[in-house]
Amino acid sequence: MTSTSLRSAFAALALLAATLASHTASAVDYTRLVTDKSALSFTYKQMNAPMEGSFKRFKGTIAFDPAQPAKGSASFDIEVASIDVGSPDGNGEIGGKQWFNAAQHPTARFVSSSIKPLGNNRFEVAGKLTIKGKTLDVSTPVTYRADGANGVFEGAFAIKRNDFAIGEGPWVDTSIVANEVQIKFRLVAAPK
Amino acid sequence: MVPPHPLHRSPYTRTAISLHWLVGLGLVGTFALGFYMTGMPFSPAKLQYFSWHKWAGVTLWLLIVARLSWRLAKGAPAAPAGMPGWQRAASEWTHRLLYLLMLTIPVSGWLMSSAKGVPTIYFGVLPLPDLLARDNELGNSLASLHLALNYGMAGLVVLHVAAALKHHVIDRDEVLARMLPFLRRT
Repeated sequence: MTSTSLRSAFAALALLAATLASHTASAVDYTRLVTDKSALSFTYKQMNAPMEGSFKRFKGTIAFDPAQPAKGSASFDIEVASIDVGSPDGNGEIGGKQWFNAAQHPTARFVSSSIKPLGNNRFEVAGKLTIKGKTLDVSTPVTYRADGANGVFEGAFAIKRNDFAIGEGPWVDTSIVANEVQIKFRLVAAPK
Repeated sequence: MVPPHPLHRSPYTRTAISLHWLVGLGLVGTFALGFYMTGMPFSPAKLQYFSWHKWAGVTLWLLIVARLSWRLAKGAPAAPAGMPGWQRAASEWTHRLLYLLMLTIPVSGWLMSSAKGVPTIYFGVLPLPDLLARDNELGNSLASLHLALNYGMAGLVVLHVAAALKHHVIDRDEVLARMLPFLRRT
């Protein structure tokens, strides 16, 4: 064997090893949302008082490979009736026609359309958010970290409730219940 | 009988009198608003009135602390001579209970609000700390307590007003005029 062919053989081996290594890394492929470890909450202001609420029941699908983030996707179905707006008074009203109209629109949905890596395990996820039959484009920063075998995705973004007609009639007025609602999520996904 | 010394006729200071009526009117207004708003259907106005009621409660609490400090520093005029012992005791204890209730009712409302998950932001600017975590059951218990204390206070206020009128109309003494100087007879 000549030294040239030896070199090329080593190069081929190195390439093979690198391919294998990258393949091993990409084997962390999150595909299942662990709902009981995930949380979907929100904050808003009522007469300037900060209020905290959450959705207790939601499900979703996740396909995310940290090595190929742009190929990932996620979609979530949120059971509107599982909302807790932070006060018993509000919980008695929030499912009603002027608010979420849960009888006619029982599910809110988010479907991702693109995932852009921002570096440092941060991503910009864009998608379509449907609430009360209205679909709008939203985007949110998401941070990713591995937690054992699972992946944890966290982020927050703001929506305006009036864009989705959440709070009709006298509630359109934003001086009592603010228009801006901060949505926070902590999603835990498992491989398989 | 020796006429009372002029200084003893209206020994409440102008500050004490002003604070008395300010707190009195504030209590009646805040109490009425409390009853009105709890019966309202859920609406922006209801949430607004709840906030106003809480701001009024905090303001009253501050005024009551000021009143009590003033009273402890300056004292209050003595009961008219010749007033039976049981009336003196009744007056003394009614006032003590009134002060106690005026101080505890706003606190019970504040705690109830925290337990129900709605922080109190004084005038929409100054956040009061939430001493209790959100707990609906505790919130409901505190709401019942807030209501019971208010009924107790309402009963004492009725007694307080009735006694003042009795002093003025039946006993024809200066007790009411000490707080309402324009009623002074001489």
